[in-house]
Amino acid sequence: MSGPSDYQPSNPALQWIERRLPILGLVHSSFVVYPTPRNLNYWWTFGAILSFMLGIQILTGVILAMHYTPHADLAFKSVELLVRDVNYGWLLRNMHACGASMFFFAVYVHMLRGLYYGSYKEPREVLWILGVIIYLLMMATGFMGYVLPWGQMSFWGATVITNLFSAIPYVGESIVTLLWGGYSVGNPTLNRFFSLHYLLPFLIAGVVVLHVWALHVAGQNNPDGVEPKTEKDTVPFTPHATIKDGFGVACFLLLYAWFIFYMPNYLGDADNYIPANPGVTPPHIVPEWYYLPFYAILRSIPNKLAGVIGMFSAIIILCFLPWLDAAKTRSSKYRPLAKQFFWIFVAVCILLGYLGAQPPEGIYVIAGRVLTVCYFAYFLIVLPLLSRIETPRPVPNSISEAILAKSGKAVASIAVALVAAGALFVGTLQDARAEEGGTKPPGNSWSFAGPFGKYDRGALQRGLKVYKEVCSNCHGLSLVAFRNLGDPGGPGYSAAQAAAFAADYKIKDGPNDTGDMFERPGRPADYFPSPFPNEQAARAANGGAAPPDLSLITKARSYGRGFPMFLVDFFSQYQEQGPDYVDAVLQGFEDKVPAGVTIPEGSYYNKYFPGHAIKMPKPLSDGQVTYDDGSPATVAQYAHDVTTFLMWTAEPHMEARKRLGLQVFVFLILFAFLMYFTKKKVWADSH
Amino acid sequence: MNPDASTIAAGAPIEVDLSPVAEGQDIKVFWRGKPIYISHRTKKQIDEARAVPVASLPDPQADEARVKAGHDQWLVVIGICTHLGCIPIAHEGNYDGFFCPCHGSQYDSSGRIRQGPAPANLPVPPYQFVSDTKIQIG
Repeated sequence: MSGPSDYQPSNPALQWIERRLPILGLVHSSFVVYPTPRNLNYWWTFGAILSFMLGIQILTGVILAMHYTPHADLAFKSVELLVRDVNYGWLLRNMHACGASMFFFAVYVHMLRGLYYGSYKEPREVLWILGVIIYLLMMATGFMGYVLPWGQMSFWGATVITNLFSAIPYVGESIVTLLWGGYSVGNPTLNRFFSLHYLLPFLIAGVVVLHVWALHVAGQNNPDGVEPKTEKDTVPFTPHATIKDGFGVACFLLLYAWFIFYMPNYLGDADNYIPANPGVTPPHIVPEWYYLPFYAILRSIPNKLAGVIGMFSAIIILCFLPWLDAAKTRSSKYRPLAKQFFWIFVAVCILLGYLGAQPPEGIYVIAGRVLTVCYFAYFLIVLPLLSRIETPRPVPNSISEAILAKSGKAVASIAVALVAAGALFVGTLQDARAEEGGTKPPGNSWSFAGPFGKYDRGALQRGLKVYKEVCSNCHGLSLVAFRNLGDPGGPGYSAAQAAAFAADYKIKDGPNDTGDMFERPGRPADYFPSPFPNEQAARAANGGAAPPDLSLITKARSYGRGFPMFLVDFFSQYQEQGPDYVDAVLQGFEDKVPAGVTIPEGSYYNKYFPGHAIKMPKPLSDGQVTYDDGSPATVAQYAHDVTTFLMWTAEPHMEARKRLGLQVFVFLILFAFLMYFTKKKVWADSH
Repeated sequence: MNPDASTIAAGAPIEVDLSPVAEGQDIKVFWRGKPIYISHRTKKQIDEARAVPVASLPDPQADEARVKAGHDQWLVVIGICTHLGCIPIAHEGNYDGFFCPCHGSQYDSSGRIRQGPAPANLPVPPYQFVSDTKIQIG
């Protein structure tokens, strides 16, 4: 922003506005004629991608907030009902959850770009520090957002992270009580996190405005680190940068769409599909992937307070970067040593992330400590040292000169390497998180697997029969309504059939006019009734173990697939760990306990249940349920059918998701092509 | 923004009947949203706890200071690991006490930290004996 603009709109109405609020001139000078260095590469499109993602998160978030209930007793169900009943609720939820991951992915690329090209150096120090502030706000927002669904991981992640603040001397306990709003993580905590989660993104937006303002004062950095000198060095922002950013956004959207439509739970944790239980700690408490490197640093330092300080320092140290690295040469392109250390630093960060998901035992602890030292050494030792001793290569005289000399093949290979590293990293997370302590279930072929998967209608109907005749005696299905049996993409009942099915059930209703509760036949709008009135009754009737509700069971269970399967899974979109597990457990009962294994009194031996001792007796035997369509009445068939049915109860809109995904993908691929060729045309004279 | 009146009221003291708890058994109750382990310790557990030299503990505290006089067999501790807040499992670990599965902290039969990253012993909530078989927590 360089003083009053001389832009005058031609339209008289717009001139009237311009004279009173020169917003059009502002947009014109900042985003149309704004001189952009001619040599920017695609790493510079991530700023636009980030702005786009902030907009998407706010938009999807505001709409989700219209349907979400921030109360500990109601939150989990409100999210599930949102996904099932709100029009395209499943899409909004997937966009918001996957959007958070994509937001962090983009911000890490954006920050690494800044690190590599020296974008934090004079005169862009304030720009850089504003960026760190945005990053901190993003981390707070992401943390609070993850708590809102009130699953097991939400609750326990909140417990662990809020407990961190108790390490602060004197004020620690008071801060924790303030965060909790009570004596532990509970309803007041959820309420205030919801309020702050709604607020913080708008603070982020405000700081982003400052960030872009600071950027426009100094002008953008560029891959050669040489400031623009003449008009030949720059091009107007519109159409050049606009179209290039558009192409960048289109490619980014392809990755985003892949997660939304085909791998929505890949970056998440199965445990978060279990409602929060303050009395049961999950075996592995792991934060979302974007916090893992800092979690690893926290756990590496054996002292509680030092660990907290170490974790926050790992972020705060970024603020000091402009002074730690005082080298005159901006871009690592011309700094051969700095370049190598940069890539080592990236590897350190990825490895720290991997360690953050592992249990803190043995070699992982040692590796974590070594890598934490490496992380800090990069900022405190390597960069200051290099700025003193390194002899950089000669920097080109101007941007135009740099363009004439450039080659530009490096970017593609780096991108490939990053994707491979990313796949490895994310794959190991899924592996690490999954349940331990049982034999690995065999993989099955499911009709609903893969990008074109569909539910086998016959299996759904047979599975419903198995549920009704066997499982419903102990297990509830409280998220499924009778009307859902008639929904598209499900068992395919007609409305009349669903109504008749419902009428078979006795539903408690009331109070009536005399104040009494009464029973009436079920209606399509009713939900499947639970066999027990409350958890205590369920426990008492089942030897102390409450049979879990089955609505989400296939999404709430998982298992580690091991190397190299998890890598293959990333590309083949395998996400059927839950159904494999359920199917295996149903068939995994053995009458004879293996030699050397003892199980407690009242339990049964199951090959695939973690710990092998399950309180449920073998539920299925051959011939137990008669199938009308002539399918074999075997345990294997029952298990397969009821698991398919339970996958549908967990995700009734899967077919719609995959169908829309295909349409979106075709559109985005065409769109990306169009953007690419338009970009080529626009830039034809400028490269 | 500190806890509101209803939250504080929900945290009012509770009474727990100890008569159904057999020797060697423990129960878990909730008070102020926190799990509280009430252990009916065996003589072996009490002796083991008392035999440890107090100065050698990471968080030195005598067993006598963690129980009520005349009711040494009753251990009442808040079941939240002082490391990062997971719920330790009772009757596990090398010290016949508590074992936290999250990062491996081990507590003894007096709820004191013996091994692992937790910095402090399991806290003892405020409680008193209303009668020989009943306590009031809070």
